[in-house]
Amino acid sequence: MFSAEVISMLQQGFWETIYMTLASTALGYLLGLPLGITLAVTDKEGICPNRVVYRILDIVSNIIRSIPFLILLILVIPLTRALVGKSYGSSATIVPLVIAAAPFIARMVESSLKEVDAGVIEAARSMGAGPWTIIFKVLLVEARTSLIVGTTIALGTILGYSAMAGVVGGGGLGDIAIRYGYYRYESDIMIVTIIILVLIVQVLQALGMMLSKRLDRRNK
Amino acid sequence: MIQFRNVSKEFQTKAGNVQGLDGVSLHIEKGDIFGIIGMSGAGKSTFIRSVNYLERPTGGEVLIDGVNLAECSEKELREIRKDIGMIFQHFNLLMQKNVLDNVCFSLKIAGVKDKEAKERARELLKIVGLSDKEKAYPSQLSGGQKQRVAIARAIANNPKILLCDEATSALDPQTTKAVLELLKQINRDLGITIVVVTHEMSVVQEICDKVAILDEGHLVETGNVETIFAAPKSAQAKRLILGNGNTMEQMHGKHCIRIVFKENSSYEPVIGNMTLQFKTPVNILYANTRDLNGTAAGEMILQLPEERETAEKMIQYLKERRLSVEEVDEDVFSGSN
Repeated sequence: MFSAEVISMLQQGFWETIYMTLASTALGYLLGLPLGITLAVTDKEGICPNRVVYRILDIVSNIIRSIPFLILLILVIPLTRALVGKSYGSSATIVPLVIAAAPFIARMVESSLKEVDAGVIEAARSMGAGPWTIIFKVLLVEARTSLIVGTTIALGTILGYSAMAGVVGGGGLGDIAIRYGYYRYESDIMIVTIIILVLIVQVLQALGMMLSKRLDRRNK
Repeated sequence: MIQFRNVSKEFQTKAGNVQGLDGVSLHIEKGDIFGIIGMSGAGKSTFIRSVNYLERPTGGEVLIDGVNLAECSEKELREIRKDIGMIFQHFNLLMQKNVLDNVCFSLKIAGVKDKEAKERARELLKIVGLSDKEKAYPSQLSGGQKQRVAIARAIANNPKILLCDEATSALDPQTTKAVLELLKQINRDLGITIVVVTHEMSVVQEICDKVAILDEGHLVETGNVETIFAAPKSAQAKRLILGNGNTMEQMHGKHCIRIVFKENSSYEPVIGNMTLQFKTPVNILYANTRDLNGTAAGEMILQLPEERETAEKMIQYLKERRLSVEEVDEDVFSGSN
């Protein structure tokens, strides 16, 4: 149906998309996880309430989240150039992806940690646990299932963002879909890329849900 | 052991300041099983959280073995908390960890090494009777079993004090009895001072030596359980002992008395003999006998005949038989309806 050339292009696009999504999610968590923990902990109901810290992080993460990704992509081009050396291609796309993903991930981590039963935290305090013990031995452990579900959602969202980066030559399947489907009216190639994207999301979603269920000890 | 000196706690809410505790002074001695009883909102929860400073009082002093908690840093408080176990109404176990790891949790906080912690945890599970459940997760356990795990966790570091915050309120009567039995055993065998917060008089009667009655943040009465049960002085104590709700509504009639049986008189058919002697029936409105730390005790509420003279004689008759008799005034009930 397609020439070998197109097939190898789709293959390359597939791996670029996977690379962008996984790398951005990993780096996004590197920033977003501590940020989310800080938000949950410094909230007025948290274990170390701190109004100033909470408000600053709250406002910053809201600002970043309110910038449409396409705009953010263009806005951070100078930073991308400085970090990666060029402003196009899949490695360059990771920079805006991480910036967009980190506050989004932080919010999900925050809400997961806030779901942890206050009684369990109180019990830990009654045993003489300090804040670090509570974070690592109670919050992150008890919220495990919810955190994995959050990661699944983050992967799906970041995958969607990465496809958008195709507009500015970001590489990956989204790039192919825009170049062939939008600029050259070769809708068959566009449809194939869409199908591949849909399949990736389905597989990630199924894997994430399976993992979170396997690891949940509450309903056995 | 535990000393409260004029302890107050004020909460700031949007609706204004609320007094959780108001000038509470109390001394709990080593080895006691001390009950704190009161209606909901009486300040019981605030009281028990002031013992380990999970809540910081806004006034007064809390002393544990002579150490004033107000003068302790957060780090010192954490050390002190390792000597004070606590169990809760909703057990508060780690749902993602199995029974053994839950017990190990408090040991690890106290810095016990992994291998030793596991050994000690297995010992504790034996004490609470759950040796066969070490690999189970809390969601696979019944309420009573969860509370046993929580107890094992709370006593793991050999605390001097065990705080029980409505620990049996989510359990059925049989399970409650078994858990209370376990607490008694812990108090007896390990010499741990136990503070029990509850809204149920039956819990206090079952295990406590001493009791304090809290009402709207005030300490209204304190003393030995038997003394207070036999002759409650404050209106709040009467309400708690007589219970409240439906049974009381029918007791609005005149000439109601409450009699308390002691061990020597409960074998004699006192009421039967009395009605035979006076040839006048009395109405038994409420009756209850319980096991009070090994001695049988009971209470009854009688409605005496309308005729004043017979009623007086009946009271005399009962008093002669060494029963404690008191007239039940109506305000005891009106407060509870």
